[in-house]
Amino acid sequence: MNFDVNFIKGCSAIGAGLALIAGIGPGVGQGIAAGHAAAAVGRNPGARSDITATMLLGQAVAETTGLYGLLVAMLLMFVQPLAR
Amino acid sequence: MGILLSSDSEIDFFIHGVFSYQLFGQTVWITTSHVCILIVMLTLVVFAFAARAALLNGTEVPGGFQNLVELMVEKLDGMVASAMGDRSPQFRNYICTIFMFIFLSNISGLFGLRPPTADYGVTLPLGLITFTLIHFNKFRYQHVSGVIKGLMEPWPFWIPINIIGDLAVPISLSLRLFANVLSGVVMEALVYGLLTKVAIIWPAALHVYFDLFSGAIQTYVFCMLTMTYIADACNTGE
Repeated sequence: MNFDVNFIKGCSAIGAGLALIAGIGPGVGQGIAAGHAAAAVGRNPGARSDITATMLLGQAVAETTGLYGLLVAMLLMFVQPLAR
Repeated sequence: MGILLSSDSEIDFFIHGVFSYQLFGQTVWITTSHVCILIVMLTLVVFAFAARAALLNGTEVPGGFQNLVELMVEKLDGMVASAMGDRSPQFRNYICTIFMFIFLSNISGLFGLRPPTADYGVTLPLGLITFTLIHFNKFRYQHVSGVIKGLMEPWPFWIPINIIGDLAVPISLSLRLFANVLSGVVMEALVYGLLTKVAIIWPAALHVYFDLFSGAIQTYVFCMLTMTYIADACNTGE
């Protein structure tokens, strides 16, 4: 089947939007990490710097899946492999 | 004016070719990434010579630049020591080098360059170096028997999963750094390209978040994960 290039570009844009649904997961995960870090600082204020460093490291790792979604969206928007 | 060598009034965060040449029948491009990476490296080399001069003519009570250099070395050494324990003397040169390189690359957006780390051709080699270091040290400290035993954890038929897990390490490391920096570059390019008339002064906040904060965090994360993986590979299991 042959589709119009503009139709494929439009579908690519919709796909890029859908790919960013992947942002929900890291958002929830980072929120949980930050909440637990806040609770930990509340229990043990002396370990604040250690807790913050661990939290940031964990959040950055949790972010990865969201970034994969972002990369797919970028490819669909700017490289447009399907509209070639 | 956000990004080096970009044309005005359109969204432009792509890598551009500066010039091309023929090598063994292939067209090879020198791109803006090469130019930016060269600027970053020259800055580091100049800094290294200045630091050496400052330390050779050092005084008992450090002042000014010597103080900065000593503080940097002390902090980076402390970071490596806290993550790697007694393995830190072997690896602190490498870790500190990539820390300074990645950090300067990430914040080079502040100075009008396109950050070199927003090019997958720069972050993938960094991930591959980490991968090589992990497996070199694994074979060195755990020997072939230990490596094979490690692959067969928890059960022998788990080997394919473990191999995929090993191969995923450099890819996820490099993609994390790349995508974080790229998202900052894209968002700044969108602001500068679409809001040209009103993008006055306030995009500085974007630079503080995307270049400084995110860049520093991702540098820390890359180095921390590299150290964790290498320290894990050096663990002889005794």
